[in-house]
Parts: sequence; C-alpha cells; structure tokens
Amino acid sequence: MASLDTPLPAAATAAAAAASAADAGYALRARGLAKHYGATVAVDGIAFGVRRGEIVGLLGPNGAGKTTTINMVLGLLQPSAGSIQIEGIDLASHRSQALAHTNFAAVYAALPGNLTVYQNLRFFSLLYNVAAGASRIEQLLAEFDLQRLRATRSGLLSSGEQTRLALAKALLNSPRLLLLDEPTASLDPSAAVLVRARIRALAADSGCGILWTSHNMYEVEETCDRVLFLSRGRILLEGDPKRLPHAHGATTLEELFIRLAREPLEQQPGTGR
Amino acid sequence: MKLRPIAAIVLRQLYLMRSSPTRVLPLIAWVAIDIVLWGFISRYLDSVTSSGINFIASLLGAVLFWDFFTRVMMGVTMAFFEDVWSRNFINLFASPLLISEYLTGLVLTGIATSLLGLVVMLLLATMLFGLPWLSLGLLLLPLLLILFMFGIALGILASAMVLRLGPASEWLVWPIPALLSPFVGAFYPLSTLPAWMRAVGHALPPSYVFESMRSVVAGHGYSGSGLSLGSALAALDILLAAWLFTGIYRQAVRTGLLARHSAESVS
Repeated sequence: MASLDTPLPAAATAAAAAASAADAGYALRARGLAKHYGATVAVDGIAFGVRRGEIVGLLGPNGAGKTTTINMVLGLLQPSAGSIQIEGIDLASHRSQALAHTNFAAVYAALPGNLTVYQNLRFFSLLYNVAAGASRIEQLLAEFDLQRLRATRSGLLSSGEQTRLALAKALLNSPRLLLLDEPTASLDPSAAVLVRARIRALAADSGCGILWTSHNMYEVEETCDRVLFLSRGRILLEGDPKRLPHAHGATTLEELFIRLAREPLEQQPGTGR
Repeated sequence: MKLRPIAAIVLRQLYLMRSSPTRVLPLIAWVAIDIVLWGFISRYLDSVTSSGINFIASLLGAVLFWDFFTRVMMGVTMAFFEDVWSRNFINLFASPLLISEYLTGLVLTGIATSLLGLVVMLLLATMLFGLPWLSLGLLLLPLLLILFMFGIALGILASAMVLRLGPASEWLVWPIPALLSPFVGAFYPLSTLPAWMRAVGHALPPSYVFESMRSVVAGHGYSGSGLSLGSALAALDILLAAWLFTGIYRQAVRTGLLARHSAESVS
C-alpha cells in the first residue's frame, strides 16, 4: 500500500485528476455505494451526486435504504462497497476533513436535552471547530427565532422548537453539504413554509448542497430540484419532481411514490428494468 | 488533534455540573464519607493495638489513594455515560470529532473531577485525622500519577465495554474497582496473597503504589524500580485501552451499532 508520502504513478495521478475534475461542482458524490448485513442487502450499489446549490430529495418507502444511505454519508456506517466524496474529499480516508464540510438535522438525533439552547449551540460550534462561534450562534438564534429560548433546556422545548434548534445547529459550520431527515416533520405549516424558504435561500446563496428526505410529497415537489426514488436499496427513478409524475403516468408525486412503493421493481413503467 | 473539539467535550461536562448539583455532590460526598469512616476506624485501631503500625498513615492513606483511583476512573466513565444517556453518539460521531479528541476530552474531565475529590479528601484527612501525607514528600507525585494513569486506562476500558455491549451493560462497570481491590493489596501487603493472586497483583500498577506507600510509612524507603515498572504498566494500559476503544468504535461503524446504540440490547 502506498504511503501518503509516496509519489503516485503517472496513471494513478491522471486518474485522480480526471476524477477530481468530474467531481468539481459536486458537494457529494457516491459511487457504487452498498451496505450488506450478511445476506441482507440494505443498499445495493447506488451512485448519485448532489451538486453545489442543489436540493436533492431522497425518497422511498420505509426500509428502502434512505437512513442507511444517510448514515454512510455521515460516517456513522461503513459501506460494504463503494466510495463517498464530500467536496471532493474521500470520506473513508479523510473522515474528519470531509465531515468538517457537512452537517445534519434528523428527527432521530435529538440534541442533548439537559443542555440549554445556547449551551447546545456552543457545544456544537466547538465540536465543528467554528472559529467565530459566539457571533455565529447569535446570528442563528435570531434567524430561527430562538433568542427568548436561549436559557431553556432543549429537552423542555416543543417539538417544533427542537426542530428549529436542530436546524440552527446544522448550520453552525456553514456546511457545504447538509443532510436533512424530515426537517419539517414537527413544524406547523406556517413555520414549515419559513424553514423551506430558509433552506432554499441557503442553497441558492451559499451554494450548499442539500440531501433532503421527507414523506411530504408536496414539500418535496416544492423544495427539491431533483429527487431520487429509492426502493429495496436501489435507485428506481431520478429526476425533476415537477416533471417526473407526468413522465411516468402519474398525476402527482405522491401518486407516483405510492405506486413505486407498492409495485415490484420490474413492473415500473419507464424504469428500464 | 484540534483544541476546540476537545474543549467541547470538557465544556459539555462543565455545563452539566454547573446546572446540576446532583452531579457535583457525588464527586465529594462519597470520598468524604469514606475518609470520615476510615479515619475513625484507623484512629480506633491506633488506640487499641500496639503493633507499631501507624494506621492513620497506612490505612487511611490507602483509602485516600484507592478512592482517588476510583474517582479518576469514574470521572472518565461518567463523562462517557452522559453521552450514552442523552443518546448523543450520532451527533458526536457524525461530526469531524476524532476519537483521540473525544478520549482526550473525557480524560480531561476525569482529571478535573478527580482532583476535586482529591482536594476534599486531603483536607478532611489532614484536618480531622492528621494524615501525615506531606511525609511522603515528592514521592506523592509518582504515586498519584500511577493511580491516575491506571484510572484513565480503566475508564477508557469501561467506556469501550459499554460502547460494545450497549447501555444495559453499564452495571458491569461499577464493580470493576471492587473486583480489582483484592489483587492490588490496597490494605495489606501483596505477600499476604496466594501466589496466583500475587502474580495478578504484580500486573496491576496500583499494587506498586500501595507497596511503596506502606514501605515508606514503615520507614523502609521505596522501590524506584517498582514505581518505574508501575508507571510503565499504567502507560501501557492506557495505550491498550485506547487501542481497544478505537477498535470497538471501528467495529461499531462497520456493523451500524453506532447509529443504533440506544437500543437496550445488542449482539
């Protein structure tokens, strides 16, 4: 195995340069990504990318492999095969550097409830090595309307307030790749609209790539630039959420989702399988 | 390693202690109770025996050292447990935090909490029972250092065990010091033990501390080579414990255990 200091052969250097050029413009690239648990295949060699400034919806029924995929991108789960690059940095070999460009908010990863809102943000700003942590925290407290709750323990917040805190935490390090797992699930419609607008603006203004999972098809259609339909660990369909339903004989994204979730892979129109 | 992530781990514990007296009280209360209880027992033994043994120095001193060691271990372990209890692993390990940074943060927390306990013990033992700990002179430093290092090693080992076996295995951690205590000869010379227990004792760094302490109290000086061996063993134990923790962490990433650690039972 070549050490880090060993010069790469010319062919390998050229291949690395070609891969690097292909990755330019992508916040996330996953190639041949697979996860097996013995004979069980959770994710079956999928390839996808999230471009800078793009919001990609990761859709699929329960057990489709969404959370497994997200856990692999977050470095919580080692793929059985394949590679993940975040901002062109290989996650397997440079985990810390790659994850420094990433952040996430997920319903299953609540922030420590025994810390206050401010303490949580301070803790995570240090954890993500944010240089101007104090000013960034104040900015996010204001942005997510959390100022009056700064001294409240997170465990005492309503679920909507906890969601806003999780989103504030997710933006602390101004990530280049943001993973959002049902980010508006606990929000009232008014707050959800504001959060969606905030996230769309984030992608447009900062060029942050966003991978978004949701079961709210209206939200996905409104927010995402592109969607990936995952089923049984494979990507069945990929495309613009506004055009995809009509292209596959459905009137809405929800109808298409239900059909894809219920019918076997081989019977899907237009999947090429 | 970066300083901010390490500071984050320490600061989190500081926040928890600052807001919760129930977390601070045990750091002081148990060691204070032990010192008072064993202080009176030692005083009583001094008054009824004519063996020439200074029980205050040898017995109470041993209690103080033993409690210090267990406090170091518990300091590291409790800091880890806070993350187990608050199901914080996903947030921690999906961040750029390195394992070395995490363990360093836990160890620094262990240092802070155990030093607090040590100060309380020294004050009580000196003021109430006249423990002549200053008579150990500079020897006190290597003795505490060995106990400190071994406490860190066991704290990391216990954390690795809980990471591997799940939150329900927490109860396995608490008896570890009691399990070791017969072998290290905290309250009696190693020569009291049968050969096989003595052999185990020689592999445990605290045994060199207690043998040296008793020897100095009895006016025989201490064994420099014994203390060097104790230090080397303790340093080796830290490396082994850190290696084990890292190995278990990597396995948890491979198997997906890390993302579902809050489950009560894991295989």
